[in-house]
Parts: sequence; C-alpha cells; structure tokens
Amino acid sequence: MSWFKRVEKGIVTPTDQKKETPDGLWHKCQECKSVVTMAEHKRLLYVCGPCGHHDRIDAADYFDFLFDGGRFTELDAELTSGDPLRFVDTKEYPKRLVATERNTGLKDAVRTAHGLSAGQPLVVAAMDFKFIGGSMGSVVGEKIARAIDYARQTRTPFLMISRSGGARMMEAGYSLMQMAKTSAKLALLSEAGVPYVSLLTDPTTGGVTASFAMLGDFNIAEPGALIGFAGPRVIKETIGKDLPKGFQSAEFVLEHGFLDFIVDRRELKQRLADLLGMLQPVSAANPEPREARRTPSKAH
Amino acid sequence: MLLDFEQPIAALEGKLLEMQKLADESDVDVSEAVTALQAKIKALKKETYANLTRWQRVQLSRHPERPQMLDYIGGMVDKFVELHGDRTVGDDKAMVGGLGELDGHTVMFIGQQKGHNTKERQYRNFGMANPEGYRKALRLMKLAEKFNVPIVTLIDTMGAFPGLEAEERGQGEAIARNLKEMFMLKVPVICIIIGEGASGGALGIAIGDRVLMLENTWYSVISPESCSSILWRTWDYKEQAAEALKLTAIDMHKAGLVDGIVKEPLGGAHTAPEQMIETLKNTLLKTLKELGAIAPADRISQRIDKFSAMGVVVE
Ligand SMILES: [Zn+2]
Repeated sequence: MSWFKRVEKGIVTPTDQKKETPDGLWHKCQECKSVVTMAEHKRLLYVCGPCGHHDRIDAADYFDFLFDGGRFTELDAELTSGDPLRFVDTKEYPKRLVATERNTGLKDAVRTAHGLSAGQPLVVAAMDFKFIGGSMGSVVGEKIARAIDYARQTRTPFLMISRSGGARMMEAGYSLMQMAKTSAKLALLSEAGVPYVSLLTDPTTGGVTASFAMLGDFNIAEPGALIGFAGPRVIKETIGKDLPKGFQSAEFVLEHGFLDFIVDRRELKQRLADLLGMLQPVSAANPEPREARRTPSKAH
Repeated sequence: MLLDFEQPIAALEGKLLEMQKLADESDVDVSEAVTALQAKIKALKKETYANLTRWQRVQLSRHPERPQMLDYIGGMVDKFVELHGDRTVGDDKAMVGGLGELDGHTVMFIGQQKGHNTKERQYRNFGMANPEGYRKALRLMKLAEKFNVPIVTLIDTMGAFPGLEAEERGQGEAIARNLKEMFMLKVPVICIIIGEGASGGALGIAIGDRVLMLENTWYSVISPESCSSILWRTWDYKEQAAEALKLTAIDMHKAGLVDGIVKEPLGGAHTAPEQMIETLKNTLLKTLKELGAIAPADRISQRIDKFSAMGVVVE
C-alpha cells in the first residue's frame, strides 16, 4: 500500500533515467553519499561498494546478469492489462496504464524469461517496481502463473524476484484472486518436485508477501529490503507508536525465521548455482500420479 | 441501530405499531388503514432493497446485529466441539473453529468472529486474526482432511491484523501457506462470505470448491475507506471507492470471482437472523451433497482450474 507515496516522493529513480541525467556519468549512493562512475556502479550490479546499499533495479537488470551472456527467451512479453471493472479514481485506469507504459517502456509490472544461468536452465520472473509500484493485477498474476507452468512442464527450477507494494487496487477482486492463482500454480510445482527460489527485494509487501513471495522452497532476500504484510504506516497507525529500528527489514525477517538467507546481489548468481546445483528436480519416476500424466518427460 | 436508509421504513413500522395499539385499546376499526400501511411498508422495503448502492450494502455487511460465525454455529449445528490453538504460539480468538454436526453430517467449521458488543469485539480483536489464527485454521483443515470431514469456512473480517507481533510471527507467510495448502485439500471445501471479506485476511480461509457470498456482503482487495485514503488521499470518497471496486456479491458473481449468491431476508440478514441461518444451512447441505459426488482428485483439479482462470488480460 505504500507504493503511491514512494513513487510520489521520487525515491525510485529508474536506472534508465539515472543514465540519462546530465551528471549521469557519476552515481552518488543515497545511503553513504559515496561517488563512483556510473560504469563502475553498473559493474557492481548497482550495489554501493563502500556501504553495500542495494539500489532498486529492474527486471531487465536481473536478466542481464543472471542469464549467461545476458541471453534469455522472454515469455508472454506482449501481455497487457484489460480494464474489466472500468475503474476510475482520479484518473481512468486505461489512461494510467498508457501513461505508465510510455514513461517506463514496460507493458506491466513483471517480466518472465528462461535461459541458462551459470550453465543451468532457469526460469525467472522479476518484478518492475516502477510500473505502478510493482502492483499485482491480472497480468502480473497470469505471467507468473504461466512461468510456473513452464517451469513445471520443463522441470526447470523457478526463481521469483519480488519487488512490489502489493495489490493493484484498480483491478480490485481480480487483483486479489491473483494471490490464489499463483499459489495454486506453486502448489502444482511443489507437487512436481521442481525447486522454487523466492528472492524478496526492496520492497515486498501486501498481497505479494501473502502469496508467492513467501512460498519458496527457499525464501531469500537482498540486504536491507523492506519485507512485510502490512505496510509500516498502517502498523504505526494500529499500534499508535513508532516502529523499532530495523522493523520489517530483511535482517529482521531472517531473525524471525522466515528467510533461509540474505544474499548480496553480487553473489546471487553463484549462490543460486551452488544451491540449485545440489538439487535436481525430484525424479519423474516418483511424482504424484496425477502430475505424472501432465508432466512432459523432458528432464534437465 | 438504524442505518440511514432503514429509517424511513422504521418510521412507518413505528406508525403501524401505534395504529395497532390504538385498535387494541379502543373500538375504532383501523383494519383498512393497517392494511394500507402494511402495503406501503412492503413497497418501500422492496424499493429500498432493490436499489441499494454498493456503499449501502457495505453498511449492511457491517451491521452489529448481523449474524456472525457463532450465531450460525449456534443456530444450525448440533454438538459443536470447539477446538483451540495453533500448537505453536497460542489460540487466536478472532478465528474460531471446531467440529459440528450439520443435519447428521460431521463438518469442520472455521471462521472469523467479530463480536456483537464492545467487550466481545475486544476479546475477538474485531475479527482480525493474527498469524496463529491462520495457522490454527490450517491445522483444523488438515485434521478434517485426515478424518475425511468436509470443511466450511465462514468469512467475516476487516482484514488480517496489521500489528507489530503479527509481522514478527509472519502474517504474510501464514496466509500464503493457507492459500497453497487449501488447493490440495482432499475433502470438499465450501467458503461463505457472511459479512466483510477484506483482502488477504479473507482469502486466507477462502480457497474452496464453492465460494459463495451472502447477498449483502462485500469481498475485495481493500476496504472502500482505505481505497479512498490511498487513491483520493482522503477518507471522504468511500462511496465512490465502493462503486469503483465493484465489491458486492452481484459484482463478484458477475465477474466470475465467486460461485454464487445466497439470498438474504428482505431488509438484510440482521432483520431475520433465524431465517438467514436456515437459508444458509439448506445451502450448505445442498452444496455438500453436490461436492460429495465428485472424486477428490477431480475436486482438486477443478478448484485449481477455477482460480487459475481468474483475471482479464489482453494477449
Ligand atoms: Zn553507500
């Protein structure tokens, strides 16, 4: 629910825009104010060398460094939102969508792809926060659902990179049911014995936390990421006092037992390869009978 | 308590009572006037409830005298044995569950209880469950599955509790796990929105073979008030927000996001609770029979396929 405020405040500076700013040759860390060249910042995967601050990055950036040689096949790239409710608040929803598409060059708040990562096949779904706060509408739910289906049918491990304020209000009931849909698909993936890694990045809140983001066989997070169900503002209003420092940070969530580990973005690819390399999708000889019928025999 | 649109009807009903009292106390024949007034009340009621705005339905869904989880249990279930605790942290009073007999059939009942008065509301945390509530619900569902007992959930919540401890104990994880696990339950699952169905807090016990809404309830991703505060930045647009969200039983059924609507007595469930409870009981018995005729594996497939088809995208 916090996405509106954050977008308004301009905390999010899409990487494309960063590169285009007049002083775009240099990057100043918003946390420790260290200055490096933009080229160096990109080489460090938008993580500050001195303080380790992780900038918010786009799906495209993850695809670029996770897939070997930046080569991948995108799935369902052309899927866009309908406006089933003819939703109007201060603006008509379709107009909001068109404006957002124009500003971001994105079709919606998630991109899905498959390719090789450290030589192993991987399906990745990564969210784009700059598209209406990474909010989950029908397109987000459907693309994730199809990516999970693809992972299940090809018996390829699935990586979900969440970065979302939660529900997309303009799709109301439809938005809510995307939580159910993605969870249904993950139940099938789980039953088929295909590994699922959920990476939670800054921020992951609301309906995304309460569905696919928390359902990994492995739940992992980037350092310092805000992770929670209710947004901090809502909780503050509920309890009527300030929240403790570090509340709802990735470190806090790890400490309370809901994450397997926190991983620096620069080590993500290797850690994933190490982890998934030790696992193989459970042998097709031993799945649930119902799934055996649906699962193609192709194995990796 | 009277809602604003109930007041004109209540005024006429008051007048009718007076007239009947007058007739009892004197020999004046008022039967003609009484009949006329009764007809007038009936017509006004019909007109009022046929033209309810979405916000008015939200108001009905929250009526303090509206039957709640424990009223339904009390009114339709024999030998209810309440079961407590999530076996990890505690017993969530906002989430009630237990085994009961419905016309001779054993059923696991689970649902939020909001409370009818201030004291009960505080005890029940206004029907807003913590993670242990969702984990208690899942424990009871697994228990039902083990003993081949169908599950009925009665949903009535303003949302999962947005508190500090709820976050520490993994509110998001608790709800997420329920969504995933409920898809794989081998027993029939019927979910009824009996009051408010707010967002993940409602969905966390609402993955079913049949999801039904009582006529004057709402179910959506956010309450009209919160929607107003976020999109319009003030609480004042709740009526518009309710319209925009299309959150009523009729809207949700039309969108294919719920399976059906259970009719309420004219004037709303709170005006004739016993009639409402009887209607729901009959609906449950009929639905249980339908679902019992489907093989467990098919039920699971159909449940998954139904939710998987929800959403509108342009290819
Ligand atoms: Zn820094």
